Amino acid sequence: MSGAKRGGIEVLSGNDMCVEGALAAGLSFFAGYPITPSSEIAESLSSILPRRGGCFVQMEDEIASLGAAIGASLTGRKSMTATSGPGYSLMQEHIGYAAMAEVPVVIINVMRGGPSTGLPTKAGQADVMQAAWGSHGDYRTAALCPSSVKECFETTVKAFEWAERFRIPVTVLPDEIIAHMRENVDTRCIAEAKPFDRLKPGKPPEEYEPYSYEISKEGAAIADFGRGYRFHVTGLAHDATGFPTNDPEEISRCNWRIIEKVEIARSAFTWTEKFMLEDAEILVFAYGSVARTAKDAVLRLRAAGIRAGLYRPVTIWPFPASEAREVFREARKVLVPELNAGQMAGEIEKYLTRGCDVEKINRLDGEIITPVQIMEAAKALHGRKKAQSSD
Amino acid sequence: MAGRRLSPAIDIEKYLRKRNLPHIWCAGCGNGIVLGALLRAIARSGFRQDDVAMVSGIGCSSRLPGYVDFNTLHTTHGRAIAFATGIKLGRPDMHVIVVSGDGDATAIGGNHFIHACRRNIGITAIIVNNYIYGMTGGQVSPTTPKGSRATTAPFGNAERPFDICLLAAAAGANFAARTTAFHADKLEDLIFKGLGRKGFSVIEAITPCPTCFGRRNQNPTGVDLMNLIREQSCGIEPGGKSEAPAGIRLGVFADRDEKEFTEIYAEMAAGAGR
Ligand SMILES: Cc1ncc(C[n+]2csc(CCOP(=O)(O)OP(=O)(O)O)c2C)c(N)n1
Ligand code: SF4
Repeated sequence: MSGAKRGGIEVLSGNDMCVEGALAAGLSFFAGYPITPSSEIAESLSSILPRRGGCFVQMEDEIASLGAAIGASLTGRKSMTATSGPGYSLMQEHIGYAAMAEVPVVIINVMRGGPSTGLPTKAGQADVMQAAWGSHGDYRTAALCPSSVKECFETTVKAFEWAERFRIPVTVLPDEIIAHMRENVDTRCIAEAKPFDRLKPGKPPEEYEPYSYEISKEGAAIADFGRGYRFHVTGLAHDATGFPTNDPEEISRCNWRIIEKVEIARSAFTWTEKFMLEDAEILVFAYGSVARTAKDAVLRLRAAGIRAGLYRPVTIWPFPASEAREVFREARKVLVPELNAGQMAGEIEKYLTRGCDVEKINRLDGEIITPVQIMEAAKALHGRKKAQSSD
Repeated sequence: MAGRRLSPAIDIEKYLRKRNLPHIWCAGCGNGIVLGALLRAIARSGFRQDDVAMVSGIGCSSRLPGYVDFNTLHTTHGRAIAFATGIKLGRPDMHVIVVSGDGDATAIGGNHFIHACRRNIGITAIIVNNYIYGMTGGQVSPTTPKGSRATTAPFGNAERPFDICLLAAAAGANFAARTTAFHADKLEDLIFKGLGRKGFSVIEAITPCPTCFGRRNQNPTGVDLMNLIREQSCGIEPGGKSEAPAGIRLGVFADRDEKEFTEIYAEMAAGAGR
């Protein structure tokens, strides 16, 4: 159970701080199904929420969990579920539903090794593509990858803000190492967090249309069920009123809206760390637990005379496209360590300039990528640069 | 027909979203009869429209909430009860009604169905049992009678059907009752009863689907199926325990007054030092 006492330095886990982040953001409904390595989140909330006027329910599976969270969200409650790989796969139909019906909801997916039951107690980062593209159809969503216990708090608070503001499902993706790691956290952040409350319709019920808002960076209002605004919600293609439609123009508007409302705000989602990048000859692109060892490797490489730098996305979706294009413009040597077979390495290829040399480090054995592993790869890449530049 | 219950004194038109009519249902379909009975039962219950949430899955019957002016939620196939559980826990004061087909409720959604019964959460579930998958064109369902034909049971269904009410009763629902679209007044009464219950209540309505079930099973029209339903209907003893002759067993299979889940939850939360 999360033991944060709110005030000083405490030793807490990533899962603890996901709980604290959700509560600080105003969580009042949680539905979930037990799965390692996320279960501590449910266990903590089962004890905390009932005492705070909130609601905790353990559902019969993950499909039901996300369904219940979406239902509760429609009543105006900030709602969340937490799971890991197999459960995240089961939730995909409802992630698409939340995207299509535009209902705010937060999912914490603690990444373990996959596929299938895979490695229940070990880390992986192989759900990053699923976090963007897991459900059928075209939609846009947001996903965040914390690299520290404190960042579990910050990303969870942010996930709620984005879910509530943009009426989208948002996933927080701590990997197992980050979720189970304990480190010092200054818990004053808990009191300082500023929860974002969803925008309320500025119109009376007779004039309210749930899907006719102007797309903007400010987000979109949504009415609560049971407060006089009687509207219809469906996963079918719908018009501005929310009712199903067969009109191609309306269908197109519906499908583009859920994409454009995220695209238009892409820069607002950009959250990255740039560490020693200014003069870097070797750019390491890493996220989650791997970014921690990457940072250590960067410092050690610099001490050894190789100018390395780290580019770390906290938001992985929507991908920080325009910033990445800038950062990668001058990059000639890029190293991408990941606990998967190269998922984000494939993504960043869109933003690299021609002739850029990319080296991947991929582990699928559930073990962490060590600083030494990154340093060795960086040194090899560095050497290759010299060989190539003499051509 | 008993004049009282179908009396014109009950105005159900005020509940209809007329802009969405005509509905998508075939001539002879039983869904409209269920809709009428449900709206009359809601009117008799005196619920305010703002306080009613109606949730459905996917299927012909699940299109019902789109036609009525409440807080309405058309979800994914089989999962209506899961979403409804979130609504009821989020707003225990609301009247939460689920409308679900036999495939929706007992195939893909079977697990949610029995767990809602077990939790005894304050939701009224109307299960529209037409013995077939209507929306997708007539495939076999968990309630298709043994031997009946379906597009995926061309030689007759080899499987045994579920008895939805016995399932609900065994899983712990406070109220479980079955009637048919032919017995429209009885259907209204049972829904009214279910709406008045705390805890999970299940009202199973046997309905004609001439398009997908009747045509393949020697009863091509709604009238044919209505006659068949009438002929095959038989009663049960209170509690559903006695041996009734083969046929469609109509009656009340569970009628308990066990405490409702959100009430228990609120007490637990109060005890936990809220
Ligand atoms: C996950 C998923 N699987 C399959 C379907 C296709 N599907 C739509 S409705 C339906 C069955 C409908 O039958 P029933 O629930 O009995 O309702 P009815 O149409 O007869 O009223 C199926 C299989 C779907 N929409 N979603
Ligand atoms: S296919 Fe069957 S269930 Fe569907 S509308 Fe037609 S008659 Fe009704």
